Amino acid sequence: MIPELGQIALALALAVAIIQAVLPLAGAANGNRAWIAVARPAAQTQALLVAFAFGCLTYAFVNNDFSVAYVADHSNSALPLHYRVSGVWGGHEGSLLLWTLMLGVWMTAVSWFSGHLPEEMTARVLGVMGIVSLGFLAFMLFTSNPFDRQFPPAIDGRDLNPLLQDPGMVIHPPMLYMGYVGFSVAFAFAVAALLSGKLDAAWARWSRPWTTVAWMFLTLGIALGSGWAYYELGWGGWWFWDPVENASFMPWLIGTALIHSLAVTEKRGGFRSWTVLLAIIAFGLSLLGTFLVRSGVLTSVHAFAVDPKRGIFILGLFTVLIGGALALYAWRTSRIGLGGEFAPVSRESFLLANNVLLVAAAGAVFLGTLYPLLIDALGAGKISVGPPYFESVFVPLMAPALFLMGVGPLARWKHTTIPELAVLLRWALAVSLAVGLLLPLAFGQWHALTGFALALAVWIVATALISLKKRPRGSRAHLGMVTAHIGVAVFVVGVTLVKTYESDKDLKMKPGDTVSLAGYLFRLDQVTNVKGPNYVAARAKVLVTRNGEAITVMYPEKRLYVVQNMPMTEAAIDPGPTRDLYVSLGDPFDDGSWLVKVQHKPFIDWIWVGCLIMALGGLLAASDRRYRVVLPRRRGAEVTA
Amino acid sequence: MAWIALGVVALGVATTLVLMAFNQNLVFFFTPSQVAANQAPVGRTFRIGGMVVPGSVKREGVEVRFVVTDTAKSMPVVFRGQLPDLFREGKGVVAQGQLGADGVFAAREVLAKHDENYMPPEAAHALEQGAKAQKTIKAP
Repeated sequence: MIPELGQIALALALAVAIIQAVLPLAGAANGNRAWIAVARPAAQTQALLVAFAFGCLTYAFVNNDFSVAYVADHSNSALPLHYRVSGVWGGHEGSLLLWTLMLGVWMTAVSWFSGHLPEEMTARVLGVMGIVSLGFLAFMLFTSNPFDRQFPPAIDGRDLNPLLQDPGMVIHPPMLYMGYVGFSVAFAFAVAALLSGKLDAAWARWSRPWTTVAWMFLTLGIALGSGWAYYELGWGGWWFWDPVENASFMPWLIGTALIHSLAVTEKRGGFRSWTVLLAIIAFGLSLLGTFLVRSGVLTSVHAFAVDPKRGIFILGLFTVLIGGALALYAWRTSRIGLGGEFAPVSRESFLLANNVLLVAAAGAVFLGTLYPLLIDALGAGKISVGPPYFESVFVPLMAPALFLMGVGPLARWKHTTIPELAVLLRWALAVSLAVGLLLPLAFGQWHALTGFALALAVWIVATALISLKKRPRGSRAHLGMVTAHIGVAVFVVGVTLVKTYESDKDLKMKPGDTVSLAGYLFRLDQVTNVKGPNYVAARAKVLVTRNGEAITVMYPEKRLYVVQNMPMTEAAIDPGPTRDLYVSLGDPFDDGSWLVKVQHKPFIDWIWVGCLIMALGGLLAASDRRYRVVLPRRRGAEVTA
Repeated sequence: MAWIALGVVALGVATTLVLMAFNQNLVFFFTPSQVAANQAPVGRTFRIGGMVVPGSVKREGVEVRFVVTDTAKSMPVVFRGQLPDLFREGKGVVAQGQLGADGVFAAREVLAKHDENYMPPEAAHALEQGAKAQKTIKAP
């Protein structure tokens, strides 16, 4: 009964989405006030209906209703309650529902916080989001219904993939989706601007906080995913340049470019067409990311052949939304204009360079991720592109971007001179060069690239401090920008140090054996059998000492999840501000010894702390007063082309 | 105009860089039959795939040796370290590494996807090709 109610709610939501997609847009086009007024209530109703459907699916999961095929495929009666709840988004159908729910959340937020916008603008934005929602609801109802029943009902479920049975995986998808879907607001604003032909500083100010908040969620989502890979996959890697990761990284790169481009559009009225294009691409890549990861396109291009209906629907939806927006862009962009002039040395130029670098980086990731799929789809052979490609492309592209992060915020708009900048920056330059030369020595070994990267990190922090000193009473937006940049510096330090100085050992150990690594002595004490709610495990006790002093006891496990008969390496991690110790248990040998991998990872936690600081910066920037103030007059008029 | 020119130059440099790196780091895939026919490059990293021959996995300390087959031809593989959780005899596997002078494929990475019933597409492809090859051999 409950699943049927969910199904009905989804069908009703679809009907409301049609109204929301048609009436407000038509009303804004011909000035019909009554139709424009439909936008807000329609968006809120739709969000409520989807939330109700989501609640119904959660109910089915919590109560182990295995007559629902999706529940039977992704849950089990032995599964702990919190994983039964997160099982709702453990598969394709439920992820789509989560996506649509997030869209509802964003639509409701727009309907609440758009009081200061002209009514036509709000109507257009919500109308465009209604079209997006319509596409997703139709996709769900016609090809991937989470409420489909099966008869006879399964006796028990097939269990949630053990890899997803992890607290990180409970919150990672909602965060990531908040980010992905958040870009739909920037997209809707961009399309609304194209429709109205009015794109000015006021428009940029309206869309900036939405874009920044979406970016913040995406940053957190990616960081959580990376952290999950680090401790759950049991290998100690934090980023694999895997297509699934790249799918979330591409919208992040373009979203970052968009945030910077929006700054120019708001402050100087410049980069207008470019900003609109970035907003469309950012959302396009978010859609691509959603489908690549969850529809099975990535694990095998042949997934299209398995369920051609899904593949065709996805292509259709993508073509309508992104193709439509791009066509509109090509048609209306001349109306928008390019924006103000600026000198070769100015903040605009630095931001332009930043944009070029970020977009080039996104393009490089796009090529490396999708080219192998394309080649395979054409039947021209099987190839893959590994981490060496991404690394060799990323370092040279990001190094100048990091350098510019120090210069850009201190340069003046429109025109600045190099001598002026040099005076401002000389101390920062001296300090960062000194640190880059000397700090690697403290770690024992000097590497040119390591010194260079550390110098860049110090450079970012030093210039950020200069910028704070120059504007002690700066706005929250300024403080947020500085914070986010410092987050990048912290991230760079983590990546550089772990990449250069990490060490590991694989070896066969009997209970009582010891191994030393990076000054730590690991002793395998014993291996015992333990039983979890839905798994059995061999658990090792590893004693860690340093210079005879006890540091910690670690318990790595080798688990076997019984329902899916799936083994899992559950690594033990001892985290710390300057290093993580990481022990994982491999296969057993007949003589009672085990294959053990011990790893020393200096400064790895700085990677995620850096991401957190970046996200905090986003939050600060988005909460700036000027985005909330209802403007008494339309300041945008002065820069309208 | 100066900044447009600069931007174009920067974009050109970036594109060249990307394409060069791309070209150098493409990893091609070969089936054991193709390796047996000497089609695989020597001294360059490539991928192989197929099924782990049951009974072929031998551990010698941290080193592990196994044989990968596409049902038509087989090849020996050696790997140092922990195998992925779902590596099993009789299941599909993909390995990346280089072919040694002794004809043993030294794998740097072994990939086995995290789902019991999942066959890596490359491994499935290799088995398909192998089966086809055997049929054509038997036909006459």
